Amino acid sequence: MTVHTTSPQFKQNAARALHDPQLQKALNNVKQGFIDKRRAAADKLPEFEALRDSARDIKNHTLEHLDLYLEAYEEKVKASGGHVHFARNADEAREIILKICRDAGAKTVTKGKSMISEEIGINHHLEANGIRPVETDLGEYIIQLRNEMPSHIIAPAVHLNASQVEQDFRRVHTHLDAKRDLSEPVQLLSEARAVLRERFLAADVGITGANFLVAETGTSIIVTNEGNGDLTQILPRTHIVLASIEKLVPTLEDVSQLLRVLARSATGQEMSVYTTFSTGPRRSGDADGPENYHVVLIDNGRSAMLGTSFEEMLRCIRCGACMNHCPVYHAVGGHAYGWVYPGPMGAVLTPSLIGVDKAGHLPNASTFCGRCESVCPVRIPLPKLMRHWREREFERHLTPASVRSGLGLWGFVAKRPALYRLATRAAMATLGFAGRQRGRFSWLPLAKGWTKYRDFPAPQGETFQARWKRERNGRAA
Amino acid sequence: MSDLTMSRPEKPRVGLFVTCLVDLMRPSVGFAAVKLLEDAGCIVEAPVQTCCGQPAYNSGDRGTTRDLAQRMIETFQGFDYVVAPSGSCAGMIKKHYPELFEEDPNWRAKADALAVKTYELTSFLVDVLGVTQVDASFEGAVTYHDSCSGLRELGVKSQPRKLLASVKGLTLVEMNDSDVCCGFGGTFAVKYSDISGAIVDAKVKNIEASHAPTLLAGDLGCLMNMAGKLSRDGKPIEVRHVAEILASMTDEPAIGLAKDALRK
Ligand code: SF4
Repeated sequence: MTVHTTSPQFKQNAARALHDPQLQKALNNVKQGFIDKRRAAADKLPEFEALRDSARDIKNHTLEHLDLYLEAYEEKVKASGGHVHFARNADEAREIILKICRDAGAKTVTKGKSMISEEIGINHHLEANGIRPVETDLGEYIIQLRNEMPSHIIAPAVHLNASQVEQDFRRVHTHLDAKRDLSEPVQLLSEARAVLRERFLAADVGITGANFLVAETGTSIIVTNEGNGDLTQILPRTHIVLASIEKLVPTLEDVSQLLRVLARSATGQEMSVYTTFSTGPRRSGDADGPENYHVVLIDNGRSAMLGTSFEEMLRCIRCGACMNHCPVYHAVGGHAYGWVYPGPMGAVLTPSLIGVDKAGHLPNASTFCGRCESVCPVRIPLPKLMRHWREREFERHLTPASVRSGLGLWGFVAKRPALYRLATRAAMATLGFAGRQRGRFSWLPLAKGWTKYRDFPAPQGETFQARWKRERNGRAA
Repeated sequence: MSDLTMSRPEKPRVGLFVTCLVDLMRPSVGFAAVKLLEDAGCIVEAPVQTCCGQPAYNSGDRGTTRDLAQRMIETFQGFDYVVAPSGSCAGMIKKHYPELFEEDPNWRAKADALAVKTYELTSFLVDVLGVTQVDASFEGAVTYHDSCSGLRELGVKSQPRKLLASVKGLTLVEMNDSDVCCGFGGTFAVKYSDISGAIVDAKVKNIEASHAPTLLAGDLGCLMNMAGKLSRDGKPIEVRHVAEILASMTDEPAIGLAKDALRK
């Protein structure tokens, strides 16, 4: 069991999103901010395209030998005094984490930003067992107050405007002066900082995700811009790293290559503000660090992707560039996708993890414009993989009957040129005649989806092939 | 008779892949393509053809797609080149046919052979034939939308602009986000009409903001989508396939306009 999904209601979710003026306003910022910054960062680095190639190759190599690197990593973590736990699915992961927290006598747990923790729904599980999870990334903190999911993998609260956040803070931070000024974003930030500072000090366990796990050294690495991840993992006595198995990378040298494309693709920064390396618990002589260091390696559907065409998806380094550049994401935002991962990467990954029967809309809701693939730092062919999902759906008869029969008819006609000529000639002559006065139709049977938003231009009447035959037959041959 | 600048002396035999939409909806685009190719010294033929299979391919129906692709390969394999007035349909042959037959060495070889000689119209004229100017005139400003498949699968971006720059009287005004999808996406426009409607709405705002009275692009699907939205919103912007302008064949009404609405 993973977290609840509304992916089957994608269309309704999308319709609601399109009519939400606050959301539409917030989404406008996505369109403008991320794209220009990534472009500028990529343009400034002449070897950027070559780095993308090597990023792809590093991840491919790792996936090919994933079992070996997982073993090597485990050895190194143990050697540095840490513990490694393998969880096959979300249930196992939750139980492992709960047990570590209980053993630590934890009442409060601080958390750095982690998408895998969303995937396994750890917050609700801890709460249900009397342990209070506190998100320390500003965006995550805000959506935790609102009991929402992230709408973006690197900017979880990107669907919100400052005024909405102000309302939430006033609603929750009731111990503060009701008349305080929160009109500036920086005031919101410093209020969140002040509130979180107390929580950091009270926490018994800190949970972080990992951007990379290094097999060579047993190191886990997180990149953040707020520094909250450092405090989350240094202050409590116990540090738990949650990571899905594809975060493995062979060496520190490999990581340095991947870091160079990650921040540039994500936010257009050359490097994130904080890049934090953790290897094992505090050693004698260390100034700080946790006494206990645990890594929970989570499969939850990944190993089943290995060796299939969806293996390529496991290269993903969660930069968010694909959704930043996606016209569908720009239109409906992240929540419409109905599960943890939105945008093009979600459209490929979600069906793998929760089943294409539930998430079937996602790979279909794409124009295949290809902009995601053109910016993906590890060159995942996202449209191709979405098409593979459509093929699986077609094979399993999950494609809607109307689509199947429409296509079947078109295919039947298109395989028979004589019939095609006859049918298209007659149809176009009729349509052309009917549309000759206005040049367009504002309503057409069978095309209501089209004519709801736009007119349908009338055909000229005679088909190309008919006219060609009439004018040219014999001449060109 | 024409002042085309050519870098290739021989007369290549070109099979025109007219594409379903041009065949059915706007044959004048096909004839404009023929004129451009013939002016550039090609011998053009339009063999009896149907559909390349793209709608089936994008709906996950590989079986039907393969059947149609085999038919296309057999129809066009004898030509020196295959040219389509569409980046999306040319991309289907060039990029996707080889993928389609990944596991069938015999057809894979044939698909590869067809892929290497298939081109989108403007890129064929510029990149293969070395055409640098066309004998055409058009009074006024135009803006150009880069259709996604042409742009990202085939690298069509500078070629239409280069040719448009040689059209007498024409000025090209770039809109913002000319390389962002118009929301067409084939069956997407019908299946996810709400989202498609929102995407084309954003596109039309950029078109309008360019203040160009004419919109051009190289793919009829996108053009019909944008023209349909412009006319629904009552915007008096004329929409044409780039080939019509390059061939100076603008007698037919613009897309979605009636006969009596001809541009004077
Ligand atoms: S699929 Fe590519 S672009 Fe999208 S988040 Fe993953 S790495 Fe980034």
